[in-house]
Amino acid sequence: MATRRKADYYCIGLESTADDFSVGILSFKGKILANEISVFMPETGGIHPREAARHHAEVAGKVLAEALHKAGIRPREIKIIAFSQGPGLGPCLRTGATAARALASYLQVPLVGVNHCVAHIEIGKHITGAKNPLTLYVSGGNTLVAAFEAGRYRVFGETLDIAVGNCLDVFAREAGLRQKLGAPFGALVEQLAARSQNFISLPYTVKGMDLSFSGLLTAAIELLHRGQHRLEDVCYSLQEVAFSMLSEVTERALAHTEKPELLLTGGVAANKRLKSMLETIAKEHNAKFCVVPKQYALDNGAMIAWTGILAYQHGLSTPIEKSFVRLKWRLDEVYAPWVGG
Amino acid sequence: MLLKKGAEASLFLEEWQGRKVIMKRRLPKAYRLAALDETIRVQRTAHEPQIIHRAKEAGVPTPTLYLVDVANANIIMEFIEGKQVKQILNDLSQVERASLCRHIGSLIGRLHSHSIVHGDLTTSNMILTPQGKVFFVDFGLSERSSELEAKGVDLHLMKRALQSTHFRSAKECFEAVIAGYSKVVGKDAAEDVLNKIREIGRRGRYVSER
Repeated sequence: MATRRKADYYCIGLESTADDFSVGILSFKGKILANEISVFMPETGGIHPREAARHHAEVAGKVLAEALHKAGIRPREIKIIAFSQGPGLGPCLRTGATAARALASYLQVPLVGVNHCVAHIEIGKHITGAKNPLTLYVSGGNTLVAAFEAGRYRVFGETLDIAVGNCLDVFAREAGLRQKLGAPFGALVEQLAARSQNFISLPYTVKGMDLSFSGLLTAAIELLHRGQHRLEDVCYSLQEVAFSMLSEVTERALAHTEKPELLLTGGVAANKRLKSMLETIAKEHNAKFCVVPKQYALDNGAMIAWTGILAYQHGLSTPIEKSFVRLKWRLDEVYAPWVGG
Repeated sequence: MLLKKGAEASLFLEEWQGRKVIMKRRLPKAYRLAALDETIRVQRTAHEPQIIHRAKEAGVPTPTLYLVDVANANIIMEFIEGKQVKQILNDLSQVERASLCRHIGSLIGRLHSHSIVHGDLTTSNMILTPQGKVFFVDFGLSERSSELEAKGVDLHLMKRALQSTHFRSAKECFEAVIAGYSKVVGKDAAEDVLNKIREIGRRGRYVSER
């Protein structure tokens, strides 16, 4: 048998923090060979952790097989298994962690537990080429502004209550909208908002670099139920206020940290209005604006695999007995020796 | 001369009536809807001088205001000679740092006992003069409130600012801030605020002690 080059090491990354189950496969050199995602979308209501976990367990085998097939590698070529260890929903995390432990012990390779928020930033840097960005990570579960300082990613600003994506989702459900695959709530609100230019004042809550969306959500729902305004106008106003708040704290953090790049990631990064606002800010502060493409901005396995590789190459791995899931694992608790500077 | 371009305003260092002044201009933000932008800029420009005035009554050093032009969202104020606390805090000795933080805490205490909540307590917004006086600047996000919640959030922000920018000494710094704060507002009131800060912290995303 021919001797294999070092580049032929691969990592499988499992992501299962919330409504997505995903398997990503990357080479140690950073080539993305597969990134298969299966989305759990409930008929009504939000993400029920148990129902989502059941979905993950059902599709895990299929998604993994598809990813392996797409990557065209044999199981023996896999060097490590990475999984999202937190933060997220307990039952969902546990399903992914169980699959990861099974794989690692079957293949007899090391396991690497990865922080989901760190993974979003790392894959964003990898894809866009950003080196030392200020990151705005906006999704259904997270809203934070972070940057690397001395060994760790530090949280400069974050929501004091609900995430911005959650705010948009709950509003959309209250408005009776129905999401579909490829058209999540955020996209529906964006489409409706694009049909209005009629701004109605809503509460704007910024506390330094932190923000709060719960009051805005309540006010928007009340406005909706009062029935005096078109849904388009409420969507438009809700988006304008929520995104202006995000932009203000991002600009404050950018002015404070003076980072050379601004990285936008997470599910809400798909919104065109938010993108254009942040692009304006980046330009004014001479920062390079980097938007993570959708398939790597949503929850995905590739980001877990890539972060697992970075950690493993710096001597980090997670023994089975320490592979319990961490539901509330904050970004700033993660030691990240692989980041220079 | 543009000194600093912030999220709220641009600060210019200018000569005005023979004085060195700061011109704080809340220029329109291109990213924001014009209607929302105008409201925010005008409201904050009208509001800031009132709070700065009250802060002076509370005995907290703030820049002297020379001119307020609400319609153009423009304020001309005294230029404070000194260094941002952000720039010097990490380089101080442990004793000096604790003493400075106690002093900052006592100033926050004075603001709070006069029902003023700063709204953006970071070490960038505090200036240490060569005479050892600490000036608080940037009251753009401040509000008048005597509610425990508002005071709690205010100090929570201070704690967060220390954790992100002065991570090596964040704990001792915040403890010193609280010690100074407690001296002014009294032990019981400080205890109430501390409990509130813990509650606010627990409300956030991913807090393990919840």
